[in-house]
Amino acid sequence: MDDPLIIAGREFRSRLITGTGGAANLSVLERALVASGTELTTVAMRRVDAAGQTGVLELLRRLGIEVLPNTAGCRTSAEAVLTAQLAREALETNWVKLEVVHDEETLLPDPVELLDAAERLVNDGFVVLPYTNDDPVLALKLQDIGCATVMPLGSPIGTGLGIRNPHNIELITSRATVPVVLDAGIGTASDAALAMELGCSAVLLATAVTRAQDPERMAAAMRCAVEGGRLARLAGRIPQRFWAQASSPAL
Amino acid sequence: MKAQVNGTSRDLADGTSVAAVVSLVGAPDKGVAVALDGAVVPRALWDKTIVPDGGVVEVLTAVQGG
Repeated sequence: MDDPLIIAGREFRSRLITGTGGAANLSVLERALVASGTELTTVAMRRVDAAGQTGVLELLRRLGIEVLPNTAGCRTSAEAVLTAQLAREALETNWVKLEVVHDEETLLPDPVELLDAAERLVNDGFVVLPYTNDDPVLALKLQDIGCATVMPLGSPIGTGLGIRNPHNIELITSRATVPVVLDAGIGTASDAALAMELGCSAVLLATAVTRAQDPERMAAAMRCAVEGGRLARLAGRIPQRFWAQASSPAL
Repeated sequence: MKAQVNGTSRDLADGTSVAAVVSLVGAPDKGVAVALDGAVVPRALWDKTIVPDGGVVEVLTAVQGG
């Protein structure tokens, strides 16, 4: 069945976007990326360290995976805009996963700074994929100023708490016209499947795979979960009922 | 003269270019970007952009993350 994910006019066969953070080493990361089937993967921008390069860019190029730079670690709009501009210069892509977080304890997006940065980056020609709160109003505002997706969190980054407010995610997917990507909080495969059943167009995750006991196997599980959830969403689930309804004919 | 390079104070010769600072920190050939005093310096201008006294240089590359 031909059912591509389309972001800013670009088609992807996979609806799983992955991160590269948290993997024990590049060889573990490579096996997980391959098993996930992902075609788009995030990287962070950091100071060049004389201690050595990570080699993550070479790995992604070799695997034919598109690079999606993020602005992780930025606290203000100004920081995020500069980081995105540096990423564009370094990686020759105008795509950016925009993250502007408020504090280290929650890593929750700062909505005021986020909206300001998104607007400035859209005006500067970027394809902006914002990591946002599960706030249906903010999601619409991000869409209206020209973001290519909206990426609400299921729960805070790295917690594995899954989707804490499924109704908010469904409110977002019901009204958004750009793809909705569930970003952050995924703990296991059922969380990814639920995101797709709620109408998300894709799932972005890192920790759930890279810090799993067997990252390669969990990556395969996430791939299946995203595909299963998507199929279920398209198939149309049965309505829930209070009383039982026999599925075998009456005697 | 002195400049801040990736958060460290460094003594640099007068007239040091951004390109020279990039090699000084051992940056790889690809996947690198530079900000001077909070603004991106495009790669094509690295040779002719001189780091001023007290300048703040950030040399960034992509790492695992997100």
